[in-house]
Amino acid sequence: MALDQSFVGRTYPPSRPYEVGREKIREFAEAIGDDNPAYTDVEAAKALGHPDVIAPPTFVFSITFREVEQVVRDPKLGLDWSRVVHGDQRFVYRRPVRAGDVLSVTSTIESIKSLAGNDVLDVRGEVRDPSGETVVTVRSKLVARAAEGE
Amino acid sequence: MTAQVAYADVEPGTELPSRSFPVDRARLVRYAGASGDFNPIHWNERFAKDVGLPDVIAHGMFTMAEAARVVTDWTGDPGALVEYGVRFTKPVVVPDDEEGAVIEVAAKVAKKLDDEERTVQIDLTVTSAGTKVLGMSRAVVRLA
Repeated sequence: MALDQSFVGRTYPPSRPYEVGREKIREFAEAIGDDNPAYTDVEAAKALGHPDVIAPPTFVFSITFREVEQVVRDPKLGLDWSRVVHGDQRFVYRRPVRAGDVLSVTSTIESIKSLAGNDVLDVRGEVRDPSGETVVTVRSKLVARAAEGE
Repeated sequence: MTAQVAYADVEPGTELPSRSFPVDRARLVRYAGASGDFNPIHWNERFAKDVGLPDVIAHGMFTMAEAARVVTDWTGDPGALVEYGVRFTKPVVVPDDEEGAVIEVAAKVAKKLDDEERTVQIDLTVTSAGTKVLGMSRAVVRLA
């Protein structure tokens, strides 16, 4: 079933602010096995010029993916969520996410395409600080595999 | 931002130190908890097989996180990363045994992008069990 093209360009309201904590960053860094001291040691992070510990590059996805999920689960869009797989993922950083950040995500559907029966959705999340400055732009390509028999 | 590699010291073709990252079921459970991604295909073999997968698979974002370490270990300062993108081409299958799976990451400087900004493009090659698991895997970093 073709998706409703009128959703292209649609921007969803900003998410509830997420406060980035030092211990959450530590937990994430330990989960990926990364012992870079910039993630856990404030002095080491400061020596690199950061005001506090920073988060590993992909940490921000754990903030944005819930928003993306909300967008693609919108029943009016008509996407079969059970068939969705993550196609591409891209981040553009203005600066690293760090402890103390209060971040809000604004999601936009950038494009909807149909390729070989698959629905392909590009969603952009602008991750902003309270002043409205973008910290990271997160682009996710989601592919809903064609249902059998279609 | 204080990258520990100087722009002047690298050329297209400069190789970054390769690394292998082991991943077992316990690691995936831990990553699920830390990331909040509790999709059962990453920890429940019965569910994974029911949806047509060969076995439990690693979170794509976990593989992406491991691959990034080759770049951030090289620059020293993870804050030197300006852009990072991948395509998820094949899953990393993680069997329930002592070994689990291994993610192999190689990377090299593909090109110097901007002499003023001191940015370079890094191309990564990410495989598991001899299969390429990430495609179009690229990072842009700002060097010293």
